[in-house]
Amino acid sequence: MSDNKNSIYSKALLFTLVATITVLIGTFVTMFYPMMRAEMHPKLENLQPFTPLQLAGRDIYMREGCMNCHTQTVRPLKADVLRYGDYSKAGEFYYDRPHLWGSKRTGPDLARVGGKYPDDWHYQHMANPQAFYEKSNMPKYAFLANKKINIEQTVAGLKVLGIPYKPEDIEALKSKTEMDAIVAYLQQLGTAVSKKQVVLVDEKSVEEKSPLSGKADAVAEGKRLYQLECVGCHGKNAEGNIGPAFADTGRSEKELFVLIANGLEGAMPGYANQFTREKIWDLVEYVKSFKKQ
Amino acid sequence: MNEYQYDYQTVKGFIVSCLFWGVIGLVIGLLISIQLWNSDFNFGEYLSFGRLRTFHTNVLAYGLGIGAEFGIFYYLVIRLTKRPLLFPKLARFHLWLFNVGITLAAWTLLMGYSQNLEYAEFEWPIDIAVVILWVIFAINVMGTIFKRKEEEMYISLWYIIATVVTVAILYIVNNLSIPATLFKSYHLFAGVNSANVEWWYGHNAVGFLFTTPILAMFYYFLPKSTGLPIYSHRLSIISFWSLIFAYLWTGAHHLVYTPLPDWIQTLGIAFTLFLIAPSWGSVVNGYFTVESDWSVMKNKYLTKFFIAGITFYGLQTIQGPSQGIRVISSLIHYTDWVPGHVHMGTMGWVTMVICASIYYIIPHIYKTEIYSVKLANIHFWIVLIGQLMFSITMWITGIQQGAMWKMTNPDGSLKYTFIETVTANYPYWQMRTIAGVIFVVGMLFFLYNIFMTIQKGKKELAAKLAAANA
Repeated sequence: MSDNKNSIYSKALLFTLVATITVLIGTFVTMFYPMMRAEMHPKLENLQPFTPLQLAGRDIYMREGCMNCHTQTVRPLKADVLRYGDYSKAGEFYYDRPHLWGSKRTGPDLARVGGKYPDDWHYQHMANPQAFYEKSNMPKYAFLANKKINIEQTVAGLKVLGIPYKPEDIEALKSKTEMDAIVAYLQQLGTAVSKKQVVLVDEKSVEEKSPLSGKADAVAEGKRLYQLECVGCHGKNAEGNIGPAFADTGRSEKELFVLIANGLEGAMPGYANQFTREKIWDLVEYVKSFKKQ
Repeated sequence: MNEYQYDYQTVKGFIVSCLFWGVIGLVIGLLISIQLWNSDFNFGEYLSFGRLRTFHTNVLAYGLGIGAEFGIFYYLVIRLTKRPLLFPKLARFHLWLFNVGITLAAWTLLMGYSQNLEYAEFEWPIDIAVVILWVIFAINVMGTIFKRKEEEMYISLWYIIATVVTVAILYIVNNLSIPATLFKSYHLFAGVNSANVEWWYGHNAVGFLFTTPILAMFYYFLPKSTGLPIYSHRLSIISFWSLIFAYLWTGAHHLVYTPLPDWIQTLGIAFTLFLIAPSWGSVVNGYFTVESDWSVMKNKYLTKFFIAGITFYGLQTIQGPSQGIRVISSLIHYTDWVPGHVHMGTMGWVTMVICASIYYIIPHIYKTEIYSVKLANIHFWIVLIGQLMFSITMWITGIQQGAMWKMTNPDGSLKYTFIETVTANYPYWQMRTIAGVIFVVGMLFFLYNIFMTIQKGKKELAAKLAAANA
């Protein structure tokens, strides 16, 4: 090069300035400019700030690095909505500092887990996930039940976040464990959006009697599905745990079908989104097999 | 020729330190790879996956990656400016502070003190230490460049300047948080905005910690170890400016299909696709440099490290942008495809070039030859096999996972329950552990070779001194 002396590559200060401006252009357009727009700070009308117990739970969720395996955002894609529920809205995350959307689903998305299961499910599943899903790779978090909430940190958090709280809320924390806190946090996730079952089976369309009645294959397939999804709540041998034992259901075949398909608000998730009608009848057959004895 | 008394003590110190942290990070990597297919390998609260995965990424990124960059940059800067460091004692202090900092940082992650911002997990006291560390480094490197004896700055110095400036901006902005206690803070930004700031940071941390610094090494050590000049200076110029310009627009490709406003996502995707061009500018430049005499691939053992490295960089920068496209993102996002992608970059490009740079520097500092070219070749082939096996198994299982999540029955219900999509990964995750073991074995060959080269250099120096005194 002939004009080395005048080139920018011979002037370190000028070079540094130009390089800095170059990287700041994209930074401004995609990061600083959006920050000044209202669309980046939306809030759903019925979104509530975290309670002291929920905030303590969120802190524990962060401490344990749950985000390494669980996302908290449902994409507006058919399969995502089918599996998890309504897609995530921007206004749901107003109080999230930081966001916990995550980047990896080694475990399922948790954006709509609030209210999907009863509290007992979370207590038992956190302590021993393998009792629910035999081959689950989730670590056991039983130790949370033996640890008291760090009240000092929770109060400091409430203060800096400007979340209003009452002294009796803090008093109540004293008797709570970290397990109580994380369950409280999980149970409020995604609840600002009114819950709607994505797939509901119309009761009128369900046969009174199982079309698979008397088929041994159906019982076997039902048992396989049961082992996969149901043992946590109903017990290894359907002896009952969080949910009832099968020996005493007292429900008709049609009622069983509708229950498995559509679930029971706050007690049992519905399975119509991930089991075909045939699979649900298989499960009904398996449940029925306990009655005969 | 310059005969300055270059102070290489700090360079050596950083190289030894980064290798130490590298071993720790790799071993923990093996452990968490096992935890993914057998939960019994989670040992209590401190050694469970949730904390150790963060430990793994941070110790390798900050301990191995940035540690190596500090050391190699100090070497490059004094060579390219033809003068000693401006503040050698400050550099020595930097080295000690670095090791103390990583030790403390690693401890805080095991304790669960985490901001939960990916690749920016350190809590605020550690963040302050990192900023101090970076300022010390910047003063020395920039000061030395400003006071240089060589008028024109070589390509590597451009990339070093861009790294120093951009990392400072990224790190400070994203880590702004409101401290509640000594070990707990909350992000200054909330919700959607928090996500946008975090991935503006997260993607560019990859860009300015694992792309520009490695290119700085590549542009210096490829010509040095082959004896061939860089093919095109003009191409280097175009690649440099378009790379650092486009990178900062792309963070939102990590947030495709999230509630982030669509226009930011689309802009991110568009610039991500554009980024192929400057990335391949460097790839082409590398290939054509060796094109003038391919025999160096055979005769100069380091050439293949750089050519394999730049090849993986090329593949990485094709794969990455394609992942940003909405339709592909919808299949592979959140799956194991992504760790497969990341590890091609970190194992195939970053580590390959860092190792090769260290192979060049250590004999040079100790005024000797490499202990064993044969061992270096064995190292090369083993890590190559380990890395390919790692990435390919992850890509396969990632596609399988994404497809299983999406598949529906004729009646519209999902075909697989979530746990079925998890356990289907297990055979691949087991293969990945094997691949990881292979890679680590390869790295042990590297460590041994470097250790023996240092010993050899010391012995030769002692012999020379003895001869001089005799």
